[in-house]
Amino acid sequence: MSQTTQDLPGTGPAPAGPALPDANRKALRETKSTTPSLFRLLLRDKFACSGAVVLLAVLLTAIFGPALMGDLATKQNLLFANKAPFNPANGWEYFLGSDSLGRSVLARLVVATRTTLMVAVPAVAVAMIIGSLWGVWAGYHRGWRENVSMRLADIIMSFPSLLLAVVVLYVFSPSVANIVAILALTRIPIYLRTARAESAELQSRTFVDAARTFGARPNAIIGRHVIPVVIPTILTLATLEFCYVMLAESSLSFLGIGIQPPDVSWGLLVSQGRQYLQTAWWLSIFPGLAIVITAISANLLAAWLRIATDPSQRWRLAVPGRKKLITRIPAKESK
Amino acid sequence: MTMTATNEGTRRPGEPNRVVLRVAGLDVDIRTPSGEIRAVSGTGFVARAGQTLALLGESGCGKSMTAKAIAGLLDPVAHVSGGTVELDGKDLNRMSAKERRKVAGAELGIVFQDALTVLNPVYPVGVQLGEAFRIHRGLSAKAARKEAIALMKRVGIPEPESRVDAFPHQFSGGMRQRILIAMAVALSPKLLIADEPTTALDVTVQAQIMDLLRRLRQEENMAVVLITHDLAVVAEEADDVSVMYAGTVAEQGPVEQVFATPRHPYTKGLLESVPVDAERGSNLSSIPGSPPELKNIPAGCVYQDRCPLARELCRQERPVLREVAPGQQAACHFSELLATDETLEEIKS
Amino acid sequence: MLTYLRKRIVSSALPLVVVIVGVFALARLTGNPASLYLPLNATDQMRADFAARNGLDQPLLAQMADYFGGVLQLDFGTSLRTGESAAAMALRAFPATLQLAATTMVLAIVLAVIVGSWAALKPNGVADRISSFISMAAASIPDFWLAIVGIWVFAITLGWVPTSGVAGAAAWVLPIGTLVMRPFGALVQVVRGAMVSALAEPYIKLARSKGASQSRVVTRHALRNAAAPALTVAGDLTVGLVNGAVVVETIFGWPGIGKLMIDSILQRDFAVLQACVLLTALAIFVLNIVIDLLYALLDPRVRPASAASRRAKARQAAVPVQSAPA
Repeated sequence: MSQTTQDLPGTGPAPAGPALPDANRKALRETKSTTPSLFRLLLRDKFACSGAVVLLAVLLTAIFGPALMGDLATKQNLLFANKAPFNPANGWEYFLGSDSLGRSVLARLVVATRTTLMVAVPAVAVAMIIGSLWGVWAGYHRGWRENVSMRLADIIMSFPSLLLAVVVLYVFSPSVANIVAILALTRIPIYLRTARAESAELQSRTFVDAARTFGARPNAIIGRHVIPVVIPTILTLATLEFCYVMLAESSLSFLGIGIQPPDVSWGLLVSQGRQYLQTAWWLSIFPGLAIVITAISANLLAAWLRIATDPSQRWRLAVPGRKKLITRIPAKESK
Repeated sequence: MTMTATNEGTRRPGEPNRVVLRVAGLDVDIRTPSGEIRAVSGTGFVARAGQTLALLGESGCGKSMTAKAIAGLLDPVAHVSGGTVELDGKDLNRMSAKERRKVAGAELGIVFQDALTVLNPVYPVGVQLGEAFRIHRGLSAKAARKEAIALMKRVGIPEPESRVDAFPHQFSGGMRQRILIAMAVALSPKLLIADEPTTALDVTVQAQIMDLLRRLRQEENMAVVLITHDLAVVAEEADDVSVMYAGTVAEQGPVEQVFATPRHPYTKGLLESVPVDAERGSNLSSIPGSPPELKNIPAGCVYQDRCPLARELCRQERPVLREVAPGQQAACHFSELLATDETLEEIKS
Repeated sequence: MLTYLRKRIVSSALPLVVVIVGVFALARLTGNPASLYLPLNATDQMRADFAARNGLDQPLLAQMADYFGGVLQLDFGTSLRTGESAAAMALRAFPATLQLAATTMVLAIVLAVIVGSWAALKPNGVADRISSFISMAAASIPDFWLAIVGIWVFAITLGWVPTSGVAGAAAWVLPIGTLVMRPFGALVQVVRGAMVSALAEPYIKLARSKGASQSRVVTRHALRNAAAPALTVAGDLTVGLVNGAVVVETIFGWPGIGKLMIDSILQRDFAVLQACVLLTALAIFVLNIVIDLLYALLDPRVRPASAASRRAKARQAAVPVQSAPA
C-alpha cells in the first residue's frame, strides 16, 4: 500500500526514496532471523489458529466419532421424538435435540462428519495431485501441450456438473467413491490453470535456464525446481477448495443426487430436516452450522496460508500491530 | 461554484517581483514500520511573480517531497509536521481541506513528471483539460470543451479541434507533457510548480517544453518553482536557486551569484563535477560517497560524511542557513573559506 | 468488429459442441425413459413403440445426427413429458431465471461498489471489516442452507414473506437475498482491490491538484478505472448465476431454467434438457460479447478483440472468486 518510492524521482541509493522499502526489507531480514517456523507464526494469529483447531477437531470427530456414537445415531426412541435442543433434562445425547424417530441429532451429526470428510478430503487430494502435475507439465512445455490442456479445462469447466452427478447416480451406484470421482474431475481445471500459470512463469526464469544449460532433463527440472515453488500456492488453493468441495457435496446431497440414505452427510441432514422446518428447526439448522463453521475455518486458514507461504509477504505476520490483515479472502492485494 | 479570484491575481505588471510563495521552516515526516522519519527538515525559500525558482538536488534529496507538501499532495504516509507555506500571504497549512481545494488548480498549478501515468487513461484529454473549469468555474461540459481546445492551441498542440477527443495514449510523450502544462495553467494560477517536467523526454523535446514554460510564465506573470537535478537547466531557466541536500536547503540565492561564487561545499562540488571548461583528457572531479539514509542522518552537519572540509565542529553542530553574501545564504560553518576561486581540493590542502 | 465476432464464435463453438454431444450421450446413459413414462406392466411391444416414436431405437450416433440436423433447422425436439416443443418450454422458463439473475446482479454490483469503495478509502475501517466478514461468509455458507434459514426466520417465524412462488414483490425477497450473497461477497473484494490500486495511481494526484473534491476523485477518476476488473468478475458471476440458480429455484419453487433442467434430468426428458443447455450456452455467449464490448467501452486502450484476453488476466488476479457450486 505504501507507494512512496514511486512518487520520488529516480531510484538510486538516495535517502528519501527507498526509505520505506528499506524498512520493509529490514523487517523481512528480521523475520527470517528471528521468526522461525510456520507453526510458531500460526500460534501468533488467533484467527488462523482457531481455524486450524476447528479443522483438527472436525478431523478427529470424523476418525473417532462414529466408533463412539455410531450406535446412538441409529437408535430410535419414539418416546424421545422431536425433542428441542439445549434441554439438559434430556441428557447429553439429546443436547442438540432429536429427530422424528427419536434419534440423537448430535450423534447423527458426528456420523455425518465422517461421510462429509470422506468425500471432501479425497476429492480435493485427487484433484490437487492430478490437476497440479498436469498444469506444471503443460506450463513447462508450453506450445500445443499447453493449448490442448487449457481447452480441455475450459470444456470441463463449462460442463453442467449436475448432469454428470446424475449420470453417475443412475449408471453407476451413487457410492462415495463415485461422488469423489465427479467432484475431483470437475475441480481439476482449477489446479490445472493455477499450476500452469506459475509453471509457465517459472520456466522462463534464469535458474531454470541454468538447470537446462547443465543438461538436466525436463522431468528432473520440473521435480527439482518447479514443483517446490508451486507447492505453497497449490496447498493454499487446496485449503480453499476443501471448503468449495464440501459445499458442492452438500448441494448435491441436498438435491438428492449426492450421498444417499441410509448414509448421511451434513448436506443430506439439512435436506432431510427441511420438511420438518415448521416443527423442528434444529434438524436443518445444526448440520448447516457445522458446514458453515468448518468452511469458515478452512477459509481463515487458507487466507493465512496465502500470506505465510509467500516469502515477500510473510513479514506482515511478524510485525506487531497488524490488524486483521489476513481475514481477507480474495486473492492478492492488487498491488 | 464560486468564482475564485483568479484573474485579478494575474498580470500585475506593476509588481513583477512580488513574493507569491513564502515557505519557512517546512518539516515533512514519513511514517514507516520502524517509526517516523524526517524527509524534509526546516526548508524555506521564496518564489516571486514572473520569476523561476529552481529546487536543485540529487534524486531523493527531498525536493519533490517539498513540492508535494506545498501543493498538498503528499502520500498518506507523509505529512507536514511544521512550518508555514504562504501563498499570497495565506498559510496553506492552516487552511481547511475545502479551502485548499479552492486554491488547488485555481491559484496553484502543478506539472508532474511522467505524463503517461499522470493522465487518466480512460478519459479524452479534452475532458481532463476542461475539468478545472468545471470544478472552479462551474462551466458546462460544452463550454469546458471549448476552453480545452483553446488551451491546446495555446500550448502548441496541432489540430486541437480534432485532437481534443483523443485519449492520452494516442499522444506522443512531448505532446502529453504539453497537455499537462496546459492543465496546470488552465486557470492562470499565481504559482506553478514544475516537478522535473522534462526528465522523461528527449533532449530536443526538453528544450521545447522549457521554452513553453518560459513563455507561459512571462505571459501570466506566474511564479514558477522548477524542481530539477539538472544544473544546466537551472543555469538557463532559473532566476533563483535553492540547492537541497538530505532534506535541507544547503544554499540559496540568485543563480548567477550562487553558481559564480558557491558558498557551500556541496554546491561547489556539484559545479566542479560539471564538464564546462574542462580540458580534454583532464579528470573530472566528483563528490565521493552517497547521501545519508534518511533514518541515519548524522547529528551535526548533514553533509559531513562527504565534505572535504569537515571538522570536529561539523560533527557536533548543525549549521543553520545564514546570509553569507548579499541575497545569498548557505548552511555551512566554513562558507567563508569558500569565498575564493580555488577548487575544493586546493582549499583542503 | 467482424473479426472479433468471428473469433468469439470460433472459440466458443468447440466447447459448446463438445458439451452438447456430452450432454446428449450422458443423458441417455441415465436410463431408458420408457421405464418412467410407461406403466410398470407395459408389454415389450408398447416399449418398442415408445422407443420408435421417440427415435430412441436408433443407434446413438444416428440419434445424434438426427438431433443436430433438427437443430440446424431450429427444431429442438419435443418434450417426452408434455409433448410440447422443447424450445418453447426452455424459452418460457428462461425469463424467470433471467429476471432473478439480473435483479440479483444489479443489487450485488450496486452494493459492492458502495461498500467496496468505502472499504478502499479506509483500509481496516468499519466498511472494510464488514465487507471482509461478508466475503468470508459468502464463501462459507451453502446457499441452500441460507435459503432454509431465511424461510425459517422470515417466512415461518415472522411470517413476512411467502415460502415459495413468484406472486408479488415479497416473493422475490428471499430468493434474491439468498442469491445476492455470493456475488456480493466476491465482487466487494474485487472492487476494493481495484479501488485501492486505482487510488494509488498518479492520475488521482493530478485530479486532486486540480482541486477535485474527494467524491469527484472517487467516482469520476478511481471508480471509472476500477470498473474494468470488477466487470470481468461480475460477468463470470452472472454466468454462475444463470447456470447455478438450480438450488434456489428448487427451494423456492421458482419456475426458471435451473428447475426445468433438473426436472428434465430426473424425468429423462432429453430434448428439454438439451434445449436448456443450448439456451444457457447461448445466453452466456451473448453475455460474454456484451461484457467484451463494455470492457472496451470502459477502457479506451482496449479493443473488443483483446478484451477477452484482458479479462482472462483480470480473472487470474482474482483466483479464489468462484461461481456457485453445481
